[in-house]
Amino acid sequence: MRNRKRVGWHKYVNGVTISTLVTVLFILIPLYWLVASSFKPPNDLNNARLFPSSFSGGNYSNAFVGYDFGIYFRNSLIVTLATTALVLVLGTLAGYALGRLPMRGKFTTMVILLIISVFPAVAVLAPLYLLLREIGWLNSYQALILPYTAFNLPFAIWILRNYMIGIPKEMEETGRIDGASALRTVWSIVLPQALPGLFTAGIFCFTACWTEFLFALTFNSSNNFRTIPVGIAEFGGNFQVPYGTIFAASVVATVPIGILVFIFRKFVVSGLTSGAVKG
Amino acid sequence: MATVSLQNINKVYENGFHAVKDLSVDIADGEFMVLVGPSGCGKTTALRMIAGLEDITSGILRIDGKEANDETPKERDIAMVFQNYALYPHMTVAENIGFALKLRKLPKDQLNAKVKEAADILGLTDWLDRKPGQLSGGQRQRVAMGRAIVREPSVFLMDEPLSNLDAKLRVQMRAEVQRIQRRIGVATVYVTHDQIEAMTMGDRVTVLRSGVLQQVDTPQNLYDNPDNVFVAAFIGSPAQNLYDAALTEGARSLKLGSQEILLPEAVRTKRPALASYAGKDVVVGMRPEHLPAAKPGETGPTLVGDVNLIEALGSELVVHFTIDAHRVIAEGALDKDEAEAVGAGEGVARVEAKTPVKVGDRMTFAIDIEDMQFFDTQTGLAIRG
Repeated sequence: MRNRKRVGWHKYVNGVTISTLVTVLFILIPLYWLVASSFKPPNDLNNARLFPSSFSGGNYSNAFVGYDFGIYFRNSLIVTLATTALVLVLGTLAGYALGRLPMRGKFTTMVILLIISVFPAVAVLAPLYLLLREIGWLNSYQALILPYTAFNLPFAIWILRNYMIGIPKEMEETGRIDGASALRTVWSIVLPQALPGLFTAGIFCFTACWTEFLFALTFNSSNNFRTIPVGIAEFGGNFQVPYGTIFAASVVATVPIGILVFIFRKFVVSGLTSGAVKG
Repeated sequence: MATVSLQNINKVYENGFHAVKDLSVDIADGEFMVLVGPSGCGKTTALRMIAGLEDITSGILRIDGKEANDETPKERDIAMVFQNYALYPHMTVAENIGFALKLRKLPKDQLNAKVKEAADILGLTDWLDRKPGQLSGGQRQRVAMGRAIVREPSVFLMDEPLSNLDAKLRVQMRAEVQRIQRRIGVATVYVTHDQIEAMTMGDRVTVLRSGVLQQVDTPQNLYDNPDNVFVAAFIGSPAQNLYDAALTEGARSLKLGSQEILLPEAVRTKRPALASYAGKDVVVGMRPEHLPAAKPGETGPTLVGDVNLIEALGSELVVHFTIDAHRVIAEGALDKDEAEAVGAGEGVARVEAKTPVKVGDRMTFAIDIEDMQFFDTQTGLAIRG
């Protein structure tokens, strides 16, 4: 039997726990380095100290006061939240239609969506730039919100469609017999059950927008519309790179995603595995 | 409170599949009508057409005398219980039951009173705050019933509501569903593939096969006087013994394999039409309970078979035997495994528990000849009158 019960120290030290530990450390050490460095005074940054010699919040205040990090944070929040909301609303409607309603060309639509979602963003960068310049949208929130929506929607539609398919048809039929309108059926019966799918799609979209760099750098050059990734990259000047401040800003930037994933982790896990097994 | 009338209803799917063919049935107010047939016979399609979940290709559906073909499910004022219950998993039992009333914008106190009343009828009062996921199969089934009865619909539709329950619970719920239906007294159409459910629950039973109506009658009449070989084979468990046989000249006797069975005068006077089959092949049917063990010195018609299996049920013995006649299997009446298990001349008899018989014996059965059923070999129709 392979799964024999382990006894003694083998219970704690074995292939599984060791490889788990290695994997976790592999991921956590850079993160730790980021957080630790963000608290280090400037002198500590150039030597490989594991712990800061003294804790200092200077890097944090510098990021907000010296470098407009507050503005970037606000911009990122607006762009990301607006995009996520748009993606979820459109994705739900499209996912429901593709998963449930009788219509032609469902398969073709899904394939096209898949192609769009793997399309390299850099290939559309130049034409999009020209287009946005033409309609005067450079340096605006919508310059990011619309392209982000376009690029994140296909994945969200895929996830949500798979979710809708998993909801028994009889449930909607019961709704119809009970006298619920189509919209009411979606709102009261379908959506509550598609919540894990919504969270999964939402978190993926949120993370993608929050960390997007290329579009943000290209379309919004004005400081007032910069998002966090671009803002941090532009910290500093020609002769110095303020690593401490960059670390501090990066930590702050990671927090919302961390909170989000922590709150919704259960849903995300069930969302990613939906449809894998009948249940 | 309403009647339901189906007139020459047809359903042809887009891919050309003709699921229901010219179905005409009338369901009286308060009647419990069971639609039964093997899987794929169109019974669920028929039910869904009554519900308004499926378009009617042609024919007229009347609910309470009013044509309902183009009405939405809501306008038809029906309630339906699905095979998988289709409870809303995110709502409590109370919310599930009350959802339809909430949609009708019923005031909260009235809504609560009605939900409570339904819960009382169904014994769900203690479970109103639970979610469906925390309930057992039988409780979920009752919530589904509750959701249907709370609306006080004019027609009740049920699509195999008991098939997800285990055998014991199914028997219990069978009685419960009947009790509830009697209590609310609403016309009910109940779909099942289980002929025992059909027999025990229905006021009348509609037998369908491949989308075609076979017979509508009370359970007892279906059992005693099936219109054709299919109904004869489908209704009853264990299934009726159907054999190819030949009537001799004057229809005075019957050749069943190598055995000859005398037909007394009484049989011929009961079925004068048999005379025209003299010298021809027919299909004969004998119910297992009409083949008791022959007593010593039996003078009436008998059948001799080789016993190959005995099932002791306590109250009786189910004796499986073979004879050298050809067993008739009506297509679709038995499911595939059953049909394969039925050997060439296989037959079943139900005899007294104390009958001394063992596997390998050659056993003589007395035939209750007046209960024997006769069918036309070509058309499969019953030979009567």
